[in-house]
Amino acid sequence: MGIDALAARLRAAISADQVLTDRQQLRTYECDGLAHYKVIPAIVVLARSENDVVAAVKACADTRTPFVARGSGTGLSGGALPHADGVLIVTSQLRGIVAMRPEDERAVVQPGVINLQVTKAATPHGYYYAPDPSSQQICSIGGNVAENSGGAHCLKYGFTTNHVTGLRVVTPDGAVVPLGGAAPDTPGYDLLGAFVGSEGTLGIATEVTVKLTRLPETVRTLLAAFASTDQAGAATSAIIAAGVVPAAIEMMDALSIEAAESAVHCGYPAGAGAVLVVELDGPAAEVEAQFAEVTRHCEEAAAFEIRVAADDTERQLIWRGRKSAFAAVGRISPDYIVQDGVIPRTALPEVLRRINEVAAEHGVRVANVFHAGDGNLHPLVLFDDGVPGEAERAEAVSGAILDLCIEHGGSITGEHGVGVDKARYMPRMFSDVDLETMHLVRCAFDPDNLANPGKVFPTPRLCGERPARRSDQAQITFEGAEVF
Amino acid sequence: MSALDDLAIKAGDDDVVGSVPARLVAAPASAEEAAALIAASSGLNVVIRGGGTKIQQGPPPRDLDLIIDTRRLTGVVEHAAGDLITVVRAGTPMAELHALPGQQLALDAPPAATAGGTVAANASGPRRLRYGTARDLLIGITVVRPDGKITHAGGKVVKNVAGYDLGKLYTGSFGTLGLITECVFRLHPAPAAIAFVRANAPSIHAARVLAAQVAPSAVEVHAAPGTDPEIAVLLEGTATGVRERAAVVARLLGSSGAGSSGAGSSGAGGSGVDVSDEPPPWWGVTPPGDVTVKLTGLLSQVPAMVATAVGAGATVTGSAGAGVLYAGFSTDGIEPHGRVELMRAAAIRAGGHAVIQSAPEGVRDTLDMWGPVPGLALMRRVKDQFDPEHRFAPGRFVGGI
Repeated sequence: MGIDALAARLRAAISADQVLTDRQQLRTYECDGLAHYKVIPAIVVLARSENDVVAAVKACADTRTPFVARGSGTGLSGGALPHADGVLIVTSQLRGIVAMRPEDERAVVQPGVINLQVTKAATPHGYYYAPDPSSQQICSIGGNVAENSGGAHCLKYGFTTNHVTGLRVVTPDGAVVPLGGAAPDTPGYDLLGAFVGSEGTLGIATEVTVKLTRLPETVRTLLAAFASTDQAGAATSAIIAAGVVPAAIEMMDALSIEAAESAVHCGYPAGAGAVLVVELDGPAAEVEAQFAEVTRHCEEAAAFEIRVAADDTERQLIWRGRKSAFAAVGRISPDYIVQDGVIPRTALPEVLRRINEVAAEHGVRVANVFHAGDGNLHPLVLFDDGVPGEAERAEAVSGAILDLCIEHGGSITGEHGVGVDKARYMPRMFSDVDLETMHLVRCAFDPDNLANPGKVFPTPRLCGERPARRSDQAQITFEGAEVF
Repeated sequence: MSALDDLAIKAGDDDVVGSVPARLVAAPASAEEAAALIAASSGLNVVIRGGGTKIQQGPPPRDLDLIIDTRRLTGVVEHAAGDLITVVRAGTPMAELHALPGQQLALDAPPAATAGGTVAANASGPRRLRYGTARDLLIGITVVRPDGKITHAGGKVVKNVAGYDLGKLYTGSFGTLGLITECVFRLHPAPAAIAFVRANAPSIHAARVLAAQVAPSAVEVHAAPGTDPEIAVLLEGTATGVRERAAVVARLLGSSGAGSSGAGSSGAGGSGVDVSDEPPPWWGVTPPGDVTVKLTGLLSQVPAMVATAVGAGATVTGSAGAGVLYAGFSTDGIEPHGRVELMRAAAIRAGGHAVIQSAPEGVRDTLDMWGPVPGLALMRRVKDQFDPEHRFAPGRFVGGI
């Protein structure tokens, strides 16, 4: 069946206005949050119900057409990059909160519901949804499930996978399968756990049951300014060693402070070589005791200024600098690559030194923003695409940073996902047998390799056969900006 | 000589799984040795055994040739205190991991249980309310697949979304997908202070503690026919914080009509509420009886599940904060099927499941140990991919997997 026939079938099964084939309309969906990869899909389906998703996936299964799911399109690894000959199934219009059950500490939501909306709906009951990616005002729960999204507070509260107890998923054959449930410990294989973070390669979630967390009694936030990242790192280590588990410990270096300052005027202390944002939450009696301890450790690590947020407005101001850091870097550099590597936290000083060395060798600037508590680095590699050779140098530094993370026993991605962007780095972290084992799960869900092909895995593999050679890899077409 | 000839010895009288005797037992001492053994044992039906504390869970194997014992796969490979992680071989007793210097693997388990067995069974205890279960604390894993290949997933950092999270798939797979040889766990600091607040109170009052902002590490209920129901709450934190929070919890539970509050002083029980640094005797203990059933359900349905189980003559202990209960009763020669079905119906009404964890020989074969499981077709496809010959723990898992 050709694309036209498939589009006709989809229009008949769903509704004509939900099936897009006009090239101008399709262009809207050519990329996700990683905008330098662009592919125009053959067809876009705007799903408004689970039945729409089922109809679209069944049509793809029957015609062996690849499909890609997309939520809000905020992903940073190209996980929702369309397939040129495939169908892009958009779930962002599935925006219903199906059930809010604070007495069970659960909410049931459709995949297009915005992350922050869950918290907003739960807050009047005294609860919230803990995972808080920086994009939480626009990213969808369905996308969070696909990417196993984290956030600044996952140090204490964990990731999406720790807060989703049940899913309804449409598997690549078009079947609707419940995974997990509202109650804990569903017997059988934890396919829910395998599905969360599978980046759309195992199917499409159409309903998500999440845990609600009781709002903490108290939240205390401080900003500590240091002369160097080494001092800020020492303070972080001392806090962790003291047995304190803050809700968040975030670090920014001088260059990222400069960027944030010029973008949002957050008023961070002048002359700081590094700042730490430390947040504690919980029962008042605990937080006060731990806050004193955190303050002491910052002072002992030679913090030259410590600001404590007196109220929620001041707290928001402290966070504004940190949460705007990625976008703010656009103020000081026309282009940049965001990395997402993870290292054991204790390797922080060594790895930061090496990053600076590598950056200096290549004549590239790197701004460092990271979740210091759990070693998740977001180096922002700055370059000007208008200057010949700069993009290549930035890419070289970016790759070297991932190598540093792997060398120190870390990971190539802490929360942004592998997607299309880091698939080629997977063999540096995993053996061929490791990747083949992941692929066994892929084959159980998607033997025809239709769900988001070309993502996560560095080389396509056929189910039941030996892995294909690298040269057989499907070509992705790129348009527009330089591809790294 | 093959690795099988090298390592396997004739099974003894105790090498029995659910009344099915094994022919051979082998205890490899490394992942490589295990891989060679498993590759050489092609065609044999295998059951993996750790500390043996949960070996009787699940139906008996359809066939059994070889028990792979993890007792020689022991030891803490690495304890990176600054990074709050540990790498341990699968046969390491949990007792060792409960007592790492200044830190803990916050996973309740019998001391004799092994790390690998705890993961394979996704076993948990009272503190799952705060710390989660094995699936939440496991960050990396090494497994020998049924084809004898060694494979890893995850890593040594807590935050990691590279590739499929296969650690979760192996967790709770009861040895049907391969042999776990090594686990990497996230650790937590050992708390500076702890307190248990215990009260005579019906399970419905546990909701008061959950609705308060006292951040309990565990909220456990205990009930049995003919006795006062009890609630016990574990608080962990700083000395001052724990003292103040314990007083709040004691007030919440003390106003339950079960007597005035005796909060604040360690061990000084008022009439019905006491605060202690020791747990009540039933804490985290499987209730007595030759039949035990794990019941799960929505939090709001915990009191109804407790009532049904006690009404069926069972002693019940479990987490009102997580919605996981364990019911135990003695058959005393009477068929347990009716009582099990009552409890299973209650769990299903509560949105959960009832899984039989132990039952006497003879009775076991006629009970549906796992109960109804959604998504079974997909689970069978996963099993077919990992173990196409169905030789790892055949018939022991859900739906006859």
